[in-house]
Formats: sequence, C-alpha cells, structure tokens
Amino acid sequence: MAFIPHTPDDVAGMLEVVGVQSIDALFDEIPRELRAGVLDLPPAMCEMEVGRLLAERAASDGRPLNFIGAGAYEHHIPAPVWAITTRGEFYSAYTPYQAEASQGTLQLIYEYQSMICALTGMEVSNASMYDGASALAEACLMAVRANRAASSRRILLPRTVNPTYAQVAKSIAGQQGIVFETVDFDRSKGRTLLESLQPYAGQDINALVVQQPNFFGNLEEADQLTEWAHQHKILLIAVVNPIAMALLSPPGQWGSAVGGNLGADIVCGEGQALGVPLAAGGPYFGFMATRMQFVRQMPGRIVGRTVDAEGRPGFSLTLQAREQHIRRSKATSNICTNQGLMVTAATIYMSLLGGEGLSRVAAACLQRTADLVARLCAISGVKPAFTAARFHEAVLLLDRPVAPVLAALARRGIFGGLDLTERYPELGHALLVCATETKLDADINAYAAALGDIMQSSRAAA
Amino acid sequence: MAELQAREPLIFELGKSGRRAGTQFPPQVTGSAEIPAHLRRAAPPLLPEVSELQVVRHFTRLSQMNFSIDTHFYPLGSCTMKYNPKACNSFAMLPEFLGRHPLGPEPQGFLACMYELQEMLQEITGMQAVSLTPMAGAQGEFAGVAMIRAYHRSRNDLGRTEIIVPQAAHGTNPATAAMCGCTVKEIACDANGDIDIDALQAAVGPATAAIMLTNPSTLGVFERKITEVARIVHAAGGLLYYDGANLNAILGKVRPGDMGFDVIHMNLHKTFSTPHGGGGPGSGAVGVGARLRPFLPIPIVDKDGARFRWLTERDLPQSIGRLSGFMGNAGVNLRAYIYMRLLGRDGMVRVAEFAALNANYLLKRLQAAGFEAAYPTRRASHEFIITLKRENRLYQVTAMDVAKRLLDYGFHAPTTYFPLLVPECLLIEPTETEAKEDLDRFCEAMIAIRREMEQEPEKLSSAPHTMPVRRLDDVRAAKQLDLSWKPAA
Amino acid sequence: MSNIPSDLRYTKSHEWVRREQNGTVAIGISDHAQSALGDLVFVEVPDVGRAVSAGEACAVVESVKAASDVYSPVSGKVIAGNAALAAQPELLNQDPYGAGWLFRVQTNSPADEAALMSAADYANYLADSAK
Repeated sequence: MAFIPHTPDDVAGMLEVVGVQSIDALFDEIPRELRAGVLDLPPAMCEMEVGRLLAERAASDGRPLNFIGAGAYEHHIPAPVWAITTRGEFYSAYTPYQAEASQGTLQLIYEYQSMICALTGMEVSNASMYDGASALAEACLMAVRANRAASSRRILLPRTVNPTYAQVAKSIAGQQGIVFETVDFDRSKGRTLLESLQPYAGQDINALVVQQPNFFGNLEEADQLTEWAHQHKILLIAVVNPIAMALLSPPGQWGSAVGGNLGADIVCGEGQALGVPLAAGGPYFGFMATRMQFVRQMPGRIVGRTVDAEGRPGFSLTLQAREQHIRRSKATSNICTNQGLMVTAATIYMSLLGGEGLSRVAAACLQRTADLVARLCAISGVKPAFTAARFHEAVLLLDRPVAPVLAALARRGIFGGLDLTERYPELGHALLVCATETKLDADINAYAAALGDIMQSSRAAA
Repeated sequence: MAELQAREPLIFELGKSGRRAGTQFPPQVTGSAEIPAHLRRAAPPLLPEVSELQVVRHFTRLSQMNFSIDTHFYPLGSCTMKYNPKACNSFAMLPEFLGRHPLGPEPQGFLACMYELQEMLQEITGMQAVSLTPMAGAQGEFAGVAMIRAYHRSRNDLGRTEIIVPQAAHGTNPATAAMCGCTVKEIACDANGDIDIDALQAAVGPATAAIMLTNPSTLGVFERKITEVARIVHAAGGLLYYDGANLNAILGKVRPGDMGFDVIHMNLHKTFSTPHGGGGPGSGAVGVGARLRPFLPIPIVDKDGARFRWLTERDLPQSIGRLSGFMGNAGVNLRAYIYMRLLGRDGMVRVAEFAALNANYLLKRLQAAGFEAAYPTRRASHEFIITLKRENRLYQVTAMDVAKRLLDYGFHAPTTYFPLLVPECLLIEPTETEAKEDLDRFCEAMIAIRREMEQEPEKLSSAPHTMPVRRLDDVRAAKQLDLSWKPAA
Repeated sequence: MSNIPSDLRYTKSHEWVRREQNGTVAIGISDHAQSALGDLVFVEVPDVGRAVSAGEACAVVESVKAASDVYSPVSGKVIAGNAALAAQPELLNQDPYGAGWLFRVQTNSPADEAALMSAADYANYLADSAK
C-alpha cells in the first residue's frame, strides 16, 4: 500500500488502544447511507510503471524550439537552482508559522523581498502572490483601498496590458464592483499615448495600469504616463518584466521627483522568468511591491527581521493581522498562501546571476530578438508592426493568416510565436515573437529558413 | 557584551564587489540593439555579488534550519503534512514537461494526465465536472462562491447575497464571501460539535446564497446531521459549498457530492500530497454538480475523440472567467496526478482509514496521559483538538508554550489557536504516512512536557531552547518594520 | 477584571465616550478591548475634518493577532486625532482611557449619546458575553 507503514501487528495494537474491533468502526459516526461504494478509479501502479507511463507521455510532447513569449519566458535555469530548491527541507516544509523552526524559509523570503525591492526600485515587497495576472487583480483591489483621493472604483487599463491579465483582473476585481476603462494604443507606435488618457483628466479615477515592456514587447513612455497620473491624483500601477528591470528604468524611478511623488505606487508582475521553468503554464509566482506608506494595504504574507529573546537577529511573518481582516468600507483580499517553492528558486537564481549577470541576460535577449526580427523581416511577406522601441518581443505582420503558418512551423518542430489575430483583430495577420538568451544563431537560422520555406511554398492570401 | 550573531549571514553580506558566478552568464552578444537613453536604468540593480559555491553553501545552510516532513514529524492540524513522494517530483520534472510553453499547440501527453486527473477527482468527490484552474485553496473558494453568485444571478435571484458560515470556520471563508460582494451570517454549533439545526433553520431564507461547510468540521468531527443541513439549505433555495481542507479524513469513504454539496474546492497540496514548498504553490481544484457546471472557471481539459483540448470562453460563455495567466498550477496538478496513479483505487481508500487510525490512536494515548480532548465523546476524524485550558489555569502554561517546547523535542508543533472557539487549543493531524513508533515518540514528548508543566514551567514559557533562535519578538517585528535589507550608507 | 470608569459611556463594540466641553466628545476603546487585542503595533486615526456617522468604521487598531475597526459612536465631525499613537501605539494598552484616546468628535446628535451604555450596563454586557 503506497506510503502506509503499518504492519498487521501495528494495526492490531492500535485498534486495541482505541478500543474498537476494526478500522471500519472508526467511521461509525458517518451515516451508513452516505458511505461510498466501490470507486471507479484505476488500480494502483508501482513507481516503475508510473515512470514508464509518464515517460511515454512526455516523449509524445517532445521538445520543440520555442519562440513564444507573451507572459512566460524561456531562460537558462542554472543547475544549482532546482538542486537546492528540491531539497526536502525546502520542498516539504510548510508555511513558516512556527518561526523558530523555519528560519531557513523566513530568511530566504526576507532576502527575496530585498531583491525585489532592488529590481523594482520600491521600498517594500511582499512574499509573493500566485502569478502575475492575479497579482495585477490584487494590485487593483489594493489601489482602491489605498487611494484616499478617489472614491470611485474606476481603473484605467490600456489595451497594451496583457489581455489575459485584463480578463483575470475583471474576473477577480470585478466581483467587488471595480470598473475597468479601456484605453486604446497608437496603431503605428504600438504603445499608449498621453492623448488617449486626456479624456479622463479631472474625473474620479482610482488608478492607471502601465505594463513595461507592454504586451507587444514595446516600451511605454513610463515617466510621462506616471507624471500624468500623479498630476491627476491617480495611483500608478506598474506591471513589469523582472529580466527587463536589469536594463530599464525601474518603476521606483518613474515620473518626476517634483511634489515628492517619484515612482509608481504599486508594482506587480510575473516572476517566472527568474529561474522558474515554463512547465506548461505553472506554477509561477507574482511579485508585488509598493511604497512604505501603503504597506498595510498590501495583500499577501510579509517577512520582517526582528530579534529573539536574547537579542539575536531572526525573522518572522509580520503584519499578519491584515491578512483576511475584512475592512467593511473598501476592497478585500482572501489570499492565504504564497508561492514558496518558486520564490526559493527565484532567490537562488537572482543570487547566482547578480546585477551584472541579469544585465547580461537582458542584453542578450534584447539583441537576440533584434536579430530574429531582422532575419524574419528579410523574408518576403513579413514586416514589423510597430515603430516603437522594444525589449525582447516584437509583433510581426504577415501577408497571410497566421494560424496555418504556425501549424506548418509546428510540424517542423518550431513554435513560432503567438497568433494575435483573435486578441487584436484590428492589427490584421499579427504574430508575437520572442527570442531570449537561450536562442543561438543556429536556432534563429533554423526559424528563418523554415519560415522562408513555408512562405515561399504557398501563395500569399489576398 | 558581544552582539549575538545570526547563524547565517544575509546573502548580501557574503558578497564582494566584482565577485560573480560567471559560468551562469550567457555568452556576450555583439550587435547594435539598444534601449533608448531616457528609458535606460542608470545602474544595475543591487543584487548579491557572490560565487556559485557561496550561493550553494548559503542556501543549503538555510535549508538546514528548517523543519520539514522529510526531517520531522509534522502534525500540523488542517494542513495534512503527509509524505511528498519523490517520484511525483521526478516525473513532473521530465524535461519535455518542464520546457513546454503554455501557449503552443496543445501538448497531448500532458493534457492526457490533466484530463485523467479531472476524471479521478470527479469520481472521488462524487461531482459532475472539475476545473483545475484555481491556484490555491483560497482561489478555489473564490471560484466556488463566484459560481454560486453567478448561478443565482442567472436565475434572476438577485437578493441572494448571504453566505452562512459556522462560527469555527477558517478565516478565508468570510474573506472570500466579502471578495464576492456577499455578507456572512455565522451560526453556532452545539456542545458536541454538530451544527445547531434550529439556528440553521432560523438563519436560512430568501437572502441565502449558500452555506460554506467543511466536513469533517474544523473541530475535527464529522458533521452527523449533514443530510438534514443539505435539505434545509436547498429547501430555502441556497446551495451547499464544501471546503475540502479536511478531505483526507473521508477520501474514498464518503463523497461530498453524495452528501448534497453543489460545489467543492480541494486542496491538492494537502489531500493529494503536492509539496508544501515553504508556503506554496498550492492548487485549489473545484468540482461542481450539474447546476454549476456552466460557470466553471476556465480553462478545462476536454476530450474530443482521441484528442485533448482546452475549453475556453467560447465553449463556456457563462464561465466566471479566468483566474490565472495560463491554466493554473500545471506542475502541481501533474504531481497530484502522479500521486493518484501510485495510490490507485485501493490506495486512496486506505488514506482515510489510516489517517483515522493514527488520529484516534494518538487521541486515546494523549487522553490516557492526562490531556483534555475538546470533544471527548466524539471519534477523531483525521485530526482532533486538545485544549490546555485547565493547564493554563493551573500552571499558567499556554498552547504557544507547549508548541515551542515541542520543537526542542524534535517535533514540529501542531496547529495552535485554531479553531478560535476552543481556548488554548492544539489541532493535531498525524496523517496516514506516519509509523506507530513516531506517534509513540510524540506521546512520550507530550508526557515529558506535561511533567515540565507541573515541575519546571519556566522551561516551557521560555521555549524553544535548541533552535537557531529563541522565541522571537513578534510585537517588535510589527512595530519596527524591517522588511528588506538596505546597504550600509 | 477590566477597568470600566463610571463617568464614561460605552458601546457594544467596546468604544468609550467622554463628554467634553462645547459639544465635543473624546472616543477610545475600553480596557477589555485593549487587553483582548494584546500589544498594539499600529493605530490609524481618522483625519481632522472628516465627517462621521454613528456606527461608521473610522479608525483601526492592530495587534500581532488581530486588526479591528473602531466605530464612531456618534455622528459629527472629527476635530482631533491622537497623533502620539503613530509612534507609540502601546500608549493605548497602558492608558486606554487617558493618553490612549483615539479621536475627538464635534457632535451634533445628542440622541446618539443617550443610546450608549452606562458603565454598569457595559460591565453586565461583558459578564454576559463571557458566559
């Protein structure tokens, strides 16, 4: 029996102590008519058999060459990251409720919080959220709690923010009456213009969300947008890519120092790029950071440094009374867990790369994507969609529907990118491509050759 | 007096300017790609500057300061700290699974596992459909309540905004209700731990959206009148929500669907042994009966002939929507799948049997040693509550003191002060994967602590003595906030 | 046994009210409340000038174990908040009826005050709740 250590002698001895004749008697408080019959479940398999099954299924999924980004990024994960993260002391530990028995996890989270502050330029970080999308939803709820100058629950959400994040924000924050106002993007530049925000000047708006780089991979004019928001007493929620933060001005520096209001107010994003594998979509983790003045409105766990009874430094969960505390007047969160294991991996990753290594990774991503775009746009029928500066993703326009092209690439073992046709129909035949530091010259050549072949061997659609 | 040092410095303090783990840097690239000057970061972020060995040693040493299932008996009530099989991790980390981008063509091998997991979870809970999307128990709860709201709205029953919750409920229950724009109505339980049926009858009405229940309850006992509860709530037009935190107690023995529940959330990181990871990631899969099926959060795996595919907005137009950027905690769900295949039908039925055997055995031994059970006439489910209110009165000892002293004896403490109803309580859940000898060792430690209560109570009030730190100052942690390292000026 | 000064009035949510001059009242939380919360780590008082209604949540007290809303027992306008509590929340634990006052309200509804409990009624209320 899987993982049950009891021998028949053990069972007999224990039943005697309990004072019952059989294990079944332990369930005698459950009404007979509720007892389940025989369940239609497969029989047990030994580890060897399960191993075979999983290996076959994995083999059938294969290892295609990946050029998709769109919120989940393929990066090299150093060997120590998961060797240490899967140590039993990290893997099978629980939430650090007994702080004295969890100093390893607690110190690690404190170091993680410090690193997120360094990356984002913000004053305080929490111990993580479930993922980037739900972190944005929570950031919106937090903005409503924190913005004393606004009484509405209206939040400006540009279309250059990841559309799935927008959907998740609506599913979660929409339940508490938060209204999202859509702000369009400039068709040629591929980013949000100040002109699009102007209609909202003087209205009762709670927050503005700015994603940097945006969903198209383009760079927003973050300083401008932040200044505009602060001028109008609107909180600025930044959604950022953590690798990009090594090269881009961090949200803690956005806007202007005039009025003592430098920087975004709430920062969130997807942390997966920091040492967490793609793994078919999860588990990932969301990060969240803010100004010290808003720390009590920030959801999630937070680790603080303190001292023990002998004055020795130590770490514990703090500000716990905020969690699950229901404030009647404003918005509420119910978040209980964080993403401990992924935070462990990310902290080890950031320690190994350091500032210099992260800059190298980011620089490589920037260049590889530029190279990819140049090679692909040299193919007849392929051109870039936008003129704005970009980081490690780009939108390309094809002269024919994208889906059949991607299918043809997939048959050659290449995942060419994300088809944007449904999400942004006004762009036409649009494809979002990404090349990280993992893509070598040979990979980019392979993609270009395959695409050239595919484009040539069929007529362009009208 | 020399300042006492922490056992392990911060990673930042180990660094030195110019030190790096160079093998981890990607090759230098040549090219002219540039970030425009006005958007550029002025200086690289202030992250540690350490060697690879320093990183490995630092985090290995940190891990050695943790209690974990792999190293200690961990009877944390309501958390189900059972063995996390290594195979679940190794197979889930096969490179083909690990390297898969979620937005590519649907991975048939991986989706076959997800589909079968949905089917198995349906069968074991007696529900009609399952979504694996919610990323934690709290998100599962959110999905459950949101679906209930959507159901009532779809029938134009707009006044149903009250959720009934037992007094002993977990804190996330009322918070979740508030997140969905509902209010909470608490009802009491009787002296034996069952719901007060009269109170329930008085509480239901046209404003009742649902009742949120755990069964066995947070008091560690089976809700004997559950059929009656279901009848009353359904008759009033409300739905039944099952908080699956205690599913380990009844797995394979009773199915929530058969008890009348309309929606259930499961904690895969409890019942199905996915790793606790120092506080996550979890997975809060939800199961529903036919009524709530159209509202399930997306995406869900469907089988179309021999092919697996994701069902999305188009297929479920009434869905409460997406809760995550992709499909939830895929890797966690895969580990749960592997666990269920290892256990199989018979193995899963054994879970509740041995969880109950271990819990009842431990309860009897502790009672024999002089400890007071909160519900002495009831069977333990997979967990039980000891109350130290008498010891508190006699020796001024608290549940917190006992918990801290247990650490010195090499055991992680049980859950303390939950449920709030029972004063000075310990909620003890051994789980089915513990051997009798380990339970006996735990009892010996509790017996020794009992002796200390009577003879040397200061050993308890100043515990722990043998951990990397003594008892920590929580008040200072909250008043003098030190939440991130800053370089010395 | 908690301290319940006889010259104050009380609410079921454990606020106390002291009538001062010119229609002003001072408001805080009772000894029972501060004891139940434990060592306070954070207190937030309402801004001066804010209008409050009787029963409206307008302040927060937070300890390591719990965060609680404080409800204004009367309607009116906030004319002062105890700024000392920001740096020293423990003042509330030490002296809940004196230095630990939370805020003062210029009240315009004597009916609210009449509805409050006397010290004796509050003591009975506490005794009943403990059963």
